[in-house]
Amino acid sequence: MLNISGIREGFVLDHIQAGMSLQIYHDLKLDALDCPVAIIKNARSNKMGKKDIVKVECPVDALDLEILGFIDHDITVNVIKDDKIVEKRKLHLPAQVKNIISCKNPRCITSIEQELDQIFLLTDEKREIYRCKYCEEKYRNPNRRKSNTPPQAAGHQT
Amino acid sequence: MRHLMSPLDFSVDELDRLLDLADDIEKNPAKYAHTCDGKKLATCFYEPSTRTRLSFEAAMLNLGGSVLGFSSADSSSAAKGESVSDTIRVISCYADICAMRHPKEGAPLVASQKSLIPVINAGDGGHQHPTQTLTDLLTIRSLKGTLGGLTIGLCGDLKFGRTVHSLINALIRYPDIRFVLISPEELRIPSYIREDVLTANNVPFTEVERLDEAMPQLDILYMTRVQKERFFNEEDYVRLKNYYILTKSMMELAKKDMLVLHPLPRVNEISVEVDDDPRAAYFRQAQYGVYVRMALILTLLEIDVNEP
Ligand SMILES: [Zn+2]
Repeated sequence: MLNISGIREGFVLDHIQAGMSLQIYHDLKLDALDCPVAIIKNARSNKMGKKDIVKVECPVDALDLEILGFIDHDITVNVIKDDKIVEKRKLHLPAQVKNIISCKNPRCITSIEQELDQIFLLTDEKREIYRCKYCEEKYRNPNRRKSNTPPQAAGHQT
Repeated sequence: MRHLMSPLDFSVDELDRLLDLADDIEKNPAKYAHTCDGKKLATCFYEPSTRTRLSFEAAMLNLGGSVLGFSSADSSSAAKGESVSDTIRVISCYADICAMRHPKEGAPLVASQKSLIPVINAGDGGHQHPTQTLTDLLTIRSLKGTLGGLTIGLCGDLKFGRTVHSLINALIRYPDIRFVLISPEELRIPSYIREDVLTANNVPFTEVERLDEAMPQLDILYMTRVQKERFFNEEDYVRLKNYYILTKSMMELAKKDMLVLHPLPRVNEISVEVDDDPRAAYFRQAQYGVYVRMALILTLLEIDVNEP
């Protein structure tokens, strides 16, 4: 059983690919939250070998899980209330991501007009392909795991 | 209010209506000669493309409207660092509709988001050039009577040629289309068109290297030029630019009613001796380009001539 000691209300993000926790800390803007955050790196996992875990003590609606879905929708999101896991939230790929990634196409209008929002649209859900809204350049998430079986499917792994 | 960013912005039905209108314009030009009286078209060309700009301007003038604009970035406020969004807000005060050409991909889309007037993408980098595709469709439909049941040969630079990619995307929406993709190994169609567009939609196609072998089966031969700016070394460019040259003797292999199309300007890929062949349709194609832009301006300005 996952150790959630010390968290009354918040999230435990489990089954993060080893090495990804700091990027998630950054992308979820956890540094801006005035609340306890614990990062566990290289925890042992039967399924993944090694994994990272991030624990956040904060109100349940304070985190933008859309972004988390974009980074890796196979992460397990445990919602904690009164020291118990009350919900395992399913992540999905957001239809649009704004100002998370930027277009690398040197011919794109965003390359010369920096004040434009960097917007990517999910154009192929099955293959997880996002394209720049302006130039349609493809973005492939370099952090996506290769495995086809999401860890949530296995229920009680550690 | 509607803009035109990509040829696929129009459904097949909407496209039919647009091409019908272009058809009527061709047959009854007088009926349309004053439909845009008092209206202004702004041609905002951040890079020179004389042919496209003049085609838009001719279209607006034929409708009784007038034109204003600029034809290169250094003659515009962009040279002073003004954003596309700011420029279009100002242009919106001067004109009723805008055709925008820009070297950066997505610039017309950025403009359309802030514009108070319809924006037509007149070419954005290597991305889209929808009025070229509309021109190609109108030419084929007018001269062949249909957009379905055709075997279409695309020849030359199929790798970088954006007009070819757009045309494929537009034509697969019609029944019984076959493609013969004719290119040297280095300039073959990109895999995302081969797999995601052709194979995914069960569109029959073959890839060949020799134009003479493909000739006899074609209803349309769409020639493209090899663009110098796509190559890093002069040697490759020179070799590939002379790879296909359509000659009179090669035309003898073709069907009697095959059509030769080319987005123009040509370099040397169609020999001038072919120009007098009745199957050479590329100059008529330029004329259809004006008709289709007239139809587009009327459609986006929501002007209906048949209304009382
Ligand atoms: Zn882009």
